Amino acid sequence: MTLTLTAVAPAPAHRRHVGPAAAVVGRNLLVLRHEWTTLAFGVLEPVLYLLSIGVGVGRMIGTVPGLDRQVAYATYVGPALMAMAAMNGTLNATAQSVFMRLRFGNTYRIMLATPLRPVDVARGEIGTAVLRGTIEGGGFLAVMAVFGVVHSPWALLDVPGALLVGFAFAGIGLVTATYLRDWPDFQLLELVLLPMFLFATTFYPLSVYPGPVQALVRCLPLYHSINILREPALGQVGTNLIAPTVYLAAVGLAGFWLAVRRLDARLSD
Amino acid sequence: MIEARGLFKRYPSRGGEPFTAVAGIDLDVRPGECFGLLGPNGAGKSTTMRMIGCVSRPTAGSLSILGLDAAVHGAAIRARIGVVPQDDALDSELTVAENFLVYGRYFGLGKRVIRERTTRLLEFAQLADKADQRVDTLSGGMRRRLAIARAMINEPVLVLLDEPTTGLDPQARHVLWERLFRLKREGVTLVLTTHYMDEAEQLCDRLVVIDGGQVVDAGTPRELIERHCTREVLELRYDSGDLADLAARVRGGLAQPTETGAAPSPGVQQALAVRERVEILPDRLLYYTDDGEAALADIHHRALSPATALVRRATLEDVFLALTGRTLVD
Repeated sequence: MTLTLTAVAPAPAHRRHVGPAAAVVGRNLLVLRHEWTTLAFGVLEPVLYLLSIGVGVGRMIGTVPGLDRQVAYATYVGPALMAMAAMNGTLNATAQSVFMRLRFGNTYRIMLATPLRPVDVARGEIGTAVLRGTIEGGGFLAVMAVFGVVHSPWALLDVPGALLVGFAFAGIGLVTATYLRDWPDFQLLELVLLPMFLFATTFYPLSVYPGPVQALVRCLPLYHSINILREPALGQVGTNLIAPTVYLAAVGLAGFWLAVRRLDARLSD
Repeated sequence: MIEARGLFKRYPSRGGEPFTAVAGIDLDVRPGECFGLLGPNGAGKSTTMRMIGCVSRPTAGSLSILGLDAAVHGAAIRARIGVVPQDDALDSELTVAENFLVYGRYFGLGKRVIRERTTRLLEFAQLADKADQRVDTLSGGMRRRLAIARAMINEPVLVLLDEPTTGLDPQARHVLWERLFRLKREGVTLVLTTHYMDEAEQLCDRLVVIDGGQVVDAGTPRELIERHCTREVLELRYDSGDLADLAARVRGGLAQPTETGAAPSPGVQQALAVRERVEILPDRLLYYTDDGEAALADIHHRALSPATALVRRATLEDVFLALTGRTLVD
């Protein structure tokens, strides 16, 4: 066997103008630009809930009983719907889009033929999902402001709040994407998401539930997501935000850690 | 450029024996050459390419690309090579120009550099007027040219092409070959897989034939033809009669001295026995010989005249079939 020794100079240390994860986010945003209607629908859905339940049902309810002060029902429900918008935006970007790319598309194959590593892909997808959650949540916040549903200037804290909600659900969604086997599995996912949306204090306060159920609801990520958005929107800013912040950050980090590992195993060959 | 020793790739299979896709391959690719991997489907070509492209880790063996160890410097190697996968793997939701932009960013390139190179590469791929079209509106040939042009965005010294012309019409194939020649002239090293023998003969300086995950033989196209085949092939079609029986009678002429010369020495005779032979196909006989016309004359002389006869040059395809057999692999 002939031995061909090729003396090729080691690769010049070339400075990246774009970080690997940012390159992945950039690609996803470019695709989203062609599919901006998905984002619009992400904002439209909670608007429909806000109109039908917040405003419509709210007419019959007036203010929410059990709170320290008088709060119009739409003002109370609005931030919860914003949490839903951020959650859905994030989950669409992960559980759905990432699942499709893992299962059918060649997006990841393209990426991994370049210097990108699976961990860069995972980071990029988390980044995209957080961005989408924040955009859809923020978009809905703007609609609420236009409708005159938001009153406190503290509601501006809901933008970083949506980012944190997005981070928590990005981790959850990405891990989920690596476990989904096929389309029927999405029904199982829906079976978890729908009850969570209905019962995680979206439409009424926690005090409605008996003690043990309260403890159960407190475990839900959407419950903390609603809290972190609703409290500032109602002008209640203080130590009450610590628990949801810690909870969401912890869930996000744990999800991120696991998702990177799962995607790395899935994409390495 | 590439040096592989004892390359193995095994995939674990649930409950059963692990599946061995590549079973100990040695490769040496020199700078500036066009190197071909030939083999039937499932031979292990694509798996080998994926290992060279540093997206698949060898189970065993050593692999050095551009002087770097593939097991350690995967990302650094990928930064300097270009990959054209079998199915183009383009971002079909994006436009042609956006494909370059996205791909260039994966390499960390700045916007200005990408724009500059995109203009040049679109010219190269003859797609200059398609920059703003969505990729899913392009024809197969255009998509393949785009995939090749996109693989050049990082100005690679080595380009891997997995079946670059599969599924293209003859015109598109010739355009593509011409583009690949141009790359080679510019000093880019090309490694390609193919099962089109004419393509391998046209493009490859050297090649290996792979079957069952192993290298069956290696050399230049000419060397391989000379080693495994006669210079010419005589194709004989008969309207009636048992082909096996006819083959035996045609074969009868092989051992005898031809009328043009004296009986060959025993050594030559033995060599001829390997190369010079008659093969039975469902519809015709293939008579491998160095002188097709003389053999045909001899057959006529022995009253075995076929309905139609064709003398052609032996091609790499004959070598390929001799080395890897005619059994259909799926």
